[in-house]
Amino acid sequence: MTGLSSQFAALVVVLPLMFAPICALLRGRTLPWAITTIVSALSFYVSIELVIAVNTGGPISYHMGGWAPPWGIEYLVDPLSSYMLLIISGISTGVLIYARDSIAQEVADKHLGLFFTAYLLGLTGMLGICITGDAFNIFVFLEVMSLASYVLIAMGEKYDRRALTAAFQYLIIGSVGATFFLIGVGLLYMMTGTLNIADIASRFSEIEDTRPARAAVAFLVIGIGIKLALFPFHVWLPNAYSYAPTIVTAFFAGTATKVSVYLLIRFIFTVFDPEFAFGIIQLKDILMPLAVLGFLSMSAVAIFQTNIKRLLAYSSVAQLGYMALGIALASEAGLTAAIVHMFNHAVVKTGLFLSVGGMFFMVGSVYLKDLAGIGKRMPITTFGFVLGGLALIGVPLTPGFISKWYLVVAALETNSNLGYALVVAIMMSSLMAVIYIWRVVEVAYFRSPPEGAEHKEAPLSLLVPCWMFILGSFYFGIDTTVNVGLAETAAAFLMGGAP
Amino acid sequence: MIEGLNPGTILILGALLVPLTSGVIRSILLLVLPILALGQLYALGLGVWGQYEFLGLSIEVTRIDKLSRIFGTIFCIASLIGVIYSLHVKDTVQHFAALIYMGSALGAVFAGDLITLFVFWELTAVTSVFLIWASRTERAFKAGIRYLIIQVTSGVTLLAGVILYYQDTGSIAFEYIGLGSLAGGLVLAAFGIKACFPFLHNWMQDAYPEATVTGTVILSAFTTKLAIYALARAFPGTEILIPIGVVMAIFPLIYVVLVNDLRRVLAYSLNSQLGFMVIGVGIGTELALNGTAAHAFIHILYKSLLFMCMGAVLYRTGTVKTSELGGLFRSMPVTMVFCLIGAMSIAGLPLTGGFVSKAMIMSAAKDYGIVVIWLVLLFARAGVMDHAGIKVPYFTFFGQDKGIRVKEAPFNMLLAMGIAAFLCIFTGVYPAFLFSLVPFEPTYDAYTAGHMLTSVQILLFAVLGFVLLMRYKIYPLEQPATILDFDWIYRRGLKSLTLAIGRLILVVWGWILGVANGALGAIINVTARTHGDGKLMARTASSGRSIALIVAILGVVVVFFYR
Repeated sequence: MTGLSSQFAALVVVLPLMFAPICALLRGRTLPWAITTIVSALSFYVSIELVIAVNTGGPISYHMGGWAPPWGIEYLVDPLSSYMLLIISGISTGVLIYARDSIAQEVADKHLGLFFTAYLLGLTGMLGICITGDAFNIFVFLEVMSLASYVLIAMGEKYDRRALTAAFQYLIIGSVGATFFLIGVGLLYMMTGTLNIADIASRFSEIEDTRPARAAVAFLVIGIGIKLALFPFHVWLPNAYSYAPTIVTAFFAGTATKVSVYLLIRFIFTVFDPEFAFGIIQLKDILMPLAVLGFLSMSAVAIFQTNIKRLLAYSSVAQLGYMALGIALASEAGLTAAIVHMFNHAVVKTGLFLSVGGMFFMVGSVYLKDLAGIGKRMPITTFGFVLGGLALIGVPLTPGFISKWYLVVAALETNSNLGYALVVAIMMSSLMAVIYIWRVVEVAYFRSPPEGAEHKEAPLSLLVPCWMFILGSFYFGIDTTVNVGLAETAAAFLMGGAP
Repeated sequence: MIEGLNPGTILILGALLVPLTSGVIRSILLLVLPILALGQLYALGLGVWGQYEFLGLSIEVTRIDKLSRIFGTIFCIASLIGVIYSLHVKDTVQHFAALIYMGSALGAVFAGDLITLFVFWELTAVTSVFLIWASRTERAFKAGIRYLIIQVTSGVTLLAGVILYYQDTGSIAFEYIGLGSLAGGLVLAAFGIKACFPFLHNWMQDAYPEATVTGTVILSAFTTKLAIYALARAFPGTEILIPIGVVMAIFPLIYVVLVNDLRRVLAYSLNSQLGFMVIGVGIGTELALNGTAAHAFIHILYKSLLFMCMGAVLYRTGTVKTSELGGLFRSMPVTMVFCLIGAMSIAGLPLTGGFVSKAMIMSAAKDYGIVVIWLVLLFARAGVMDHAGIKVPYFTFFGQDKGIRVKEAPFNMLLAMGIAAFLCIFTGVYPAFLFSLVPFEPTYDAYTAGHMLTSVQILLFAVLGFVLLMRYKIYPLEQPATILDFDWIYRRGLKSLTLAIGRLILVVWGWILGVANGALGAIINVTARTHGDGKLMARTASSGRSIALIVAILGVVVVFFYR
């Protein structure tokens, strides 16, 4: 590659980073939003280019400032990281199109510029985590993302002051997670003398029996688990998602936790290598019970929720359980299931949160009791929610079905009674998903709207992006060449890349 | 689409969406699903997918070869026709049950092992009964119960056969089984019940005429042809099938002349047609199997066409009794034309699909060297011409005008009939289409002078016979009477015994349901108490406690890794 395109690997991160402070200086409703959207769209474009380049020419290694690794910082774009870039920048751009009217209502005007600054920084952090090939650099980006997200969640205080406590609790627990992560990286640095991921990976087999290395693995898994909202470390997530502004919830639900899933996959399959992780230390015995308990218990909790955003948040924790299960199965099929589900869940959940956002925009509440008869008051928005719900449940022709199909196949591939038990657990969890989506449907369609409630749809600027995600999710449920194809490549790369 | 997804599952899973839709969206959904299934079938091509080891058994969810493909293709087409025909129906239960029924029949055709076959086999039984019950009459309910008992018996017999077969051979592959052992006998009996072997046949004539207008059309296409497919797969060349088929082909013809209800007439003639196919399977040569598959293909088309015509008449006039109908050609001319095309096809008139497929089976019989079979087939063919080809259209549309004036059938019914009629003619005029689908390399020319002459001759004789009988008023017509069939014995004699057993089962079942209900209630209570809003699992723990939990787990994990 020549010219500008040779700098794509850097540009995708640097663009949002550069424009973040500019946004802070801008006033008004339109300008910061427009700049953020354009920057995000540019990142999306660059991500697409990177995906194409990686899938035709193999992984790209970019040396920051021309310093060759292991001394300098290396940006490494391989099939998995380019897939992540695609998800993150794509979701971000879609959500931003929706953001203009929504955020103007939910955040005080004087904070708008800062809001978009934080948003761009959050985007920078996520993209950076996925693209960098340097363990310490990952920590830096993790902190950039986290700090930005604390700010973004706290912005929900205009409507509900509980956003502040939610953000504060997330700050405490998130910082503990980041610290654990840093401790883990530090221990690895102590043992191997390098921070470059490829370098650590090549030396890891020599130190894998030492106590510090084992401790490092524990700290890394738990640290990432906290950021991932792996059950039972999810305490921060339901509150944070319930009280944050709509677009923040939609953006984070689609991407932030997925980034942590990415980290988990990266460390298990690239750094530790699966033979160590699943053969020697039996990571599976820790991950699998948490994953299964997670999706069963959290689906059950979601059934009883009265706040739709909170309901969807618990459902997100359950979905993360599916991804963790895919990883814990330690096979190429399981890994494919986990990676595909990242994509599919990102699209579906974002669509769902955006349709709930539309209801909030018009009605001013996301509690079930206030949304009685919403199906008659806002038919288009509500129908979008129903379709998204079907995708979440995993009805055929939707991406949810594709993910569960791969997950079930991976579970069956183990050819053990455990595999059948897992399939039963997945089915039970899907059944619970039917119930919690049905509760919303029941309230929306079978209760009559309150007297004098106006029948008015959300404005087009909200409807169009929301339906873009809903229809998009159906597209990816039918034509699976992009989501499944790329995920299979990534999984094969990770499994084959293991020495 | 997902690689290797059994086309039948598309219909089944799509059916789950039906209750959520209504109006135009439902119509679109219903129409799209069979087309998607057909697309999936041809997108996959030939091969085997979805192999799993399940408890030591090798499951093979999807197997497409040329034999299963021709049956699958016609099942998809029949689904589409059935769906179009029933578009005007507003009954969610019927659409739902019909889709799952069609999907499971399709799924069974593509099953590569006996376990998968059994699952779909039972599913067709359980779902199809709803199409009978959907009539919502007392008669239909009782007929449905009888139907269900017999169908489930078939499934249980199949399962018993499969288990024995697995013990004998250690394999559950759905391939040639043969009559070598008890296992083979049980499997044959299970298939035989669904294929309406003589003395196992009464469920069909009992139940099909009681189903709804659209239900009969859908039922007539799948269950029996699935059984024919299963026979062709597992028992080709089993000689006992030839005499069975001969009896099947002739025996029902007697009833056909006597029965008053025209849908029951069609059910009996359906039974006779199945005899043709069973003979074809019994002969078991390549030409015979080709003929069987082709005949099943064409048969579904003209039989559902005839059932659709009778359904349209029933829908408009409220009756299909010969004693009450007549002269309808004035009111329903288009239906009349379609009915005639169906009649020509079932009679095997040249230039219709029926001619080609029947000629194939008859030639196979001739090559096989038993002249009797050939003569029987000839006789059966003339008989079919007499009853289904002439009796049905004559008494409905011509004959004595009973003064019934009704509207033409609704458009969607006409469209469905039109598609079936077109395919009947198309396969007759252009048999190469049919030959491209048959399981073995076709080396057959239907349109030789000999075949043409034979068929025209017998058809003319059949017409002559009908005219003579009518002229001298010997034809037993228009008598509203009940005809006793073999099923009288078990409907009366076994009834009291069955009732006693049934009561016992009800008591036990009631107890099981009670216990299950209690257990479920307890689970829901416990879940609500631990996972309910604001309860233990849904509470936001304080940050301090959360961190304590995290640290505790970290400790456990570190110790776990150190070991």
